[in-house]
Amino acid sequence: MGATATDVPLTRRRFGETMRRDAWWGQSVLTVLGFGAFIVYSTWAAFQGNYYWLSQGGANYLSPFYSPEIFGDSPHSVFGPKPGWWPGWLPFSPALLILWAPAGFRFTCYYYRGAYYKAFWADPPSCAVGEPRNVYLGENSLPLILQNIHRYFFYVAVVFIVLLAHDAWKAMWFTNAAGGQSFGIGVGTLVLCVNVWLLGSYTLGCHSLRHLIGGGMDEVSKAGACHRAYNCVSCLNKRHMLWAWLSLFWVGFSDVYVRLCSMGIWKDFRLL
Amino acid sequence: MSTATFRIWRGENGNGGFKDHTVEVSEGMVVLDAVHKIQATQATDLACRWNCKAGKCGSCSAEINGSPRLMCMTRLNQIPLDQPVTIEPMRTFPHRKDLVTDVSWNFDVKKKIARFKPRKADAADGTFKMGQADIDRVQEFRKCIECYLCQDVCHVLRDHGKHEEFIGPRFFVYNAALEMHPADTGDRLGALKTDHGIGYCNITKCCTNVCPEEIRITDNAIIPLKERVVDEFYDPLGWLLKKLRPGATKG
Repeated sequence: MGATATDVPLTRRRFGETMRRDAWWGQSVLTVLGFGAFIVYSTWAAFQGNYYWLSQGGANYLSPFYSPEIFGDSPHSVFGPKPGWWPGWLPFSPALLILWAPAGFRFTCYYYRGAYYKAFWADPPSCAVGEPRNVYLGENSLPLILQNIHRYFFYVAVVFIVLLAHDAWKAMWFTNAAGGQSFGIGVGTLVLCVNVWLLGSYTLGCHSLRHLIGGGMDEVSKAGACHRAYNCVSCLNKRHMLWAWLSLFWVGFSDVYVRLCSMGIWKDFRLL
Repeated sequence: MSTATFRIWRGENGNGGFKDHTVEVSEGMVVLDAVHKIQATQATDLACRWNCKAGKCGSCSAEINGSPRLMCMTRLNQIPLDQPVTIEPMRTFPHRKDLVTDVSWNFDVKKKIARFKPRKADAADGTFKMGQADIDRVQEFRKCIECYLCQDVCHVLRDHGKHEEFIGPRFFVYNAALEMHPADTGDRLGALKTDHGIGYCNITKCCTNVCPEEIRITDNAIIPLKERVVDEFYDPLGWLLKKLRPGATKG
């Protein structure tokens, strides 16, 4: 037993330099792959403008990427087909009219911010790992100071949850041969219901909601219903990352399910 | 008894390097035990700060295999011993000697934060009535042992050196303990936004990950404070609500 010496000055570390021996890059790689795959798929799906609803077999399914369908060709359209005033040079898809809202909610989400700053911007690449840049503005000035509008995206996201719940309810009603509606459950119904559950759990665990519902008060225990709601939101908030990823995956899968059934590649099985 | 090699950073005022020390280790030992053994048998001039050896004084903060941790709470069976265990001083603060850094910057920061300013007492004897749930919330922040591992790992301080513009996670926790206290009437939101630089935090949760007291620093202190700053400076709807329901946010 004894001692040997190696000279290494104690200076600021270079990009990617660290003494950590664990797979510190693993979380960022997974974030890039997961988030990147979703962005690529959802962008592609949003531009398709077809195969986003299913009516075969009496089903009444609408892809969550296209809900609410403000203008469009499906029976779910609120104001009918693409309006005549829509500029010819501008690509049209019902999804492009609405996806800014859930995209904005996720982009400004506190969990995702931390995750994509690390994964996509290496700021930092991981905890206690050297960074590529000296200049740092954080969320203290433009453009990232705009992340403070997260609560406004939350207000819109809640409306979307209500609309998606309505879609899931409609998916429980199948058009029969006589043209009437009868209650039923298909695999697609379950897919859309799980989608509402996961998106709801993610949205209702939002940090901004936690603050607005009671966290902003110093004596929330005196606030009755707000106190109970604060506890519920806090409970969901503890697993916010989990809900974020589960809901992201499932909303994409819901679109895949409706799309493949609509294209005739998959068949929607009636359970009831 | 087996042996393990500890690669300890030795030097003064930032100049120096790693030195390997191989010592016998036994079951139940923590990193601090190994450092003490090296001090006793091989390097009597090895400087390290420690006190309680029970994870409560926050003195023995260091970077073990690159991760900020308390030496007294890092058991040797939690880390691989088949290769040298690196032990470095915290990199965010000025280096003094070996594993000792000067953390006095933190004491100066604390002095700049507005003190507790109690409302009028609820009873003639000067006592307050407070809900247990409200006290539980701020009690989490009072678990802080001021080990400054969160300050050490925070990249805003560590990599960008914004010590003049940013107070760091430890003092957001301290701010939260005061700001959310049911009996406090102080207003620290303006200072948080400007002088204390809460906007620099980009929520990477590194501080939460290293906290030996498992305080949910980001979720329970920093983000709620960021939201309160949004209430005050970035939310027109909130301003309208405040006009309609004055005092609503103070509960």
